[in-house]
Amino acid sequence: MSIEVSALERFAPGRRKPLLSKVSLDVPDSAFVALVGPSGAGKTTLLRAIAGLDPYQGGTVSLDGQVMKDVSARAGQVGFVFQNYALFPHMTAARNIAFGLDILPAARRPTRERINERVRELLELMQIPDLGGAYPARLSGGQRQRVALARALATGPRVLLLDEPFGALDPIVRRSIRSWLRDLHDRLGLTTILVTHDQEEALDVADRIVVMQDGQIVQDASPVALDRSPATEFVMEFLGEAVSFPGDVRSGRMVPHDPLVQPFAVPETVVDGSAVAMIRPYEIQLVPAQPGQEALLKAAPRGARNGYRHYVLNSAGHSIPFFLPQDGVDHALEGAALDVSRARLFRDGLACL
Amino acid sequence: MMRYGLWVATWVFILVVLVAPPAMVLSEALKDGLGAALATLSDPDGQSAIWLTLRVTVVSVAVNTVFGVLAAWLLACFRFRGRQALLVLIELPLSISPVVSGLVWLLLFGAQGWFGPQLERWNIHIAFAVPGIILATLFVTLPYVVRTLLPVMELQGRDAEEAAVLAGANFWQVLWHVTLPGVRGALLSGVLLTTARSLGEFGAVSVVSGHIPGETETMPLHIENLYNGYQSVAAFTMAALLGVMAMGAVLLRSAPEWIARLREKKA
Repeated sequence: MSIEVSALERFAPGRRKPLLSKVSLDVPDSAFVALVGPSGAGKTTLLRAIAGLDPYQGGTVSLDGQVMKDVSARAGQVGFVFQNYALFPHMTAARNIAFGLDILPAARRPTRERINERVRELLELMQIPDLGGAYPARLSGGQRQRVALARALATGPRVLLLDEPFGALDPIVRRSIRSWLRDLHDRLGLTTILVTHDQEEALDVADRIVVMQDGQIVQDASPVALDRSPATEFVMEFLGEAVSFPGDVRSGRMVPHDPLVQPFAVPETVVDGSAVAMIRPYEIQLVPAQPGQEALLKAAPRGARNGYRHYVLNSAGHSIPFFLPQDGVDHALEGAALDVSRARLFRDGLACL
Repeated sequence: MMRYGLWVATWVFILVVLVAPPAMVLSEALKDGLGAALATLSDPDGQSAIWLTLRVTVVSVAVNTVFGVLAAWLLACFRFRGRQALLVLIELPLSISPVVSGLVWLLLFGAQGWFGPQLERWNIHIAFAVPGIILATLFVTLPYVVRTLLPVMELQGRDAEEAAVLAGANFWQVLWHVTLPGVRGALLSGVLLTTARSLGEFGAVSVVSGHIPGETETMPLHIENLYNGYQSVAAFTMAALLGVMAMGAVLLRSAPEWIARLREKKA
């Protein structure tokens, strides 16, 4: 089921600054989209507006081309998983899951047996077949998460909205439930929007990443495109550790202010003027000293992570993180200059194209 | 040593201030024997007072429970203009003297009141009649359900209710299946406090009732009447009965805990 959000505007009561300012977003059928951004960026606000949980002052939300008026129009079509699961504490897991079916008017409600059958199916699907009789208080975080997901899916919605669903889980459970969720999305043919503040999680699981800041969408792209050409300095920094080298663009070359950083060629479309080169620590190259040249850059090895050995270079008074693939010989480094030709260029916070 | 001293002081205080008065009431009631005490209860005016008190209590508990649940829900879930004012207003009966709240009803519905003469013409009697007593009791007991529910509802948050709405539940289904079960302990507490307060209300009722024996005398008013008439055994018997009823209501508050404990012992 496709979701179209157009020019959505929401104001907090009594405030001038909008929580969402004219946000538009198109999510095609069976896409998996992650909404990322720092706290207060409006991710959850946007998700709740799509679900119809909060009123908005302007714009529309449509599902499959149909404009949704209020939350009752979406009932049963949209599954929502809350950050803290929001299970009903006085009901067993099975009754929690069955809730959406139990409350249907008698004419549309499946028989008791049919409902129980559906609950069994969902418990099976969530890989917790024996927990139907347990009360939420007795379940672990991961199990509650699965019950909440089963409850959201019970009425057979084709849209799944998840608000920081893995926030309270420990890292190991988090990783496994993440890939399992992606698998579930593919198997059930859902259209999923996931809110997270963890960019790594987003890059792992989503086909498309929507970066939000101050109630606006800053960039909406595939993980690959996002990494290759971030739209703003903020996006570049948000997606992972980045090092900045301010400098000037002069006739097709970027000349960093730091004399130990080598100038490099930039596309001709970039006009002259000051700019900032931003680069990931693992994209920096160390240029070895020529015979007779003094090696001014020195670094001792630090810890290793994800197959990269970390170093910190000290240059002109500031330290530069620098990662090398681990090759077994984790020796100290020496070099004469830095090659940052793989950097992205930004001017006034925006990408130079 | 310090702890022991505190323990003794606490118990002495409780015995003198809390336990001694009911014990005195009971001993006064039984000073001519149990038979004499029970005989006083067969007096028709006394029985009428017991029935009136029960009727007034049932009505005010029912009305204030329904109103209290809805008001607490409104106050917990929504931020609206005038919310603070409403919170203060709901607490008004706690801070204002019951005599004043009784007088207000007389001012509105008494023979010289704003609406009194008009209602008199239609032959509707509120002041010095049962409706007036019910109104006064309603006013005095209004805050209890709201005030016990509100903090629990605020703590509970809205997520579970929102989940229920998204699953397709309508307003009443959310209230019945999600909100109320989540706050049932607090609700019971509020209802029982309201009950205890309704049974014992004297000041407000005294002003509006007109003290007509057998018609508009509730148990507390009847007790005063008996005592002033030197019928001390009857007065203290009625007082003991009222005390037992109120204490029963308060003790019921802990019933869910006992039941849970019993269940756990069995399991």
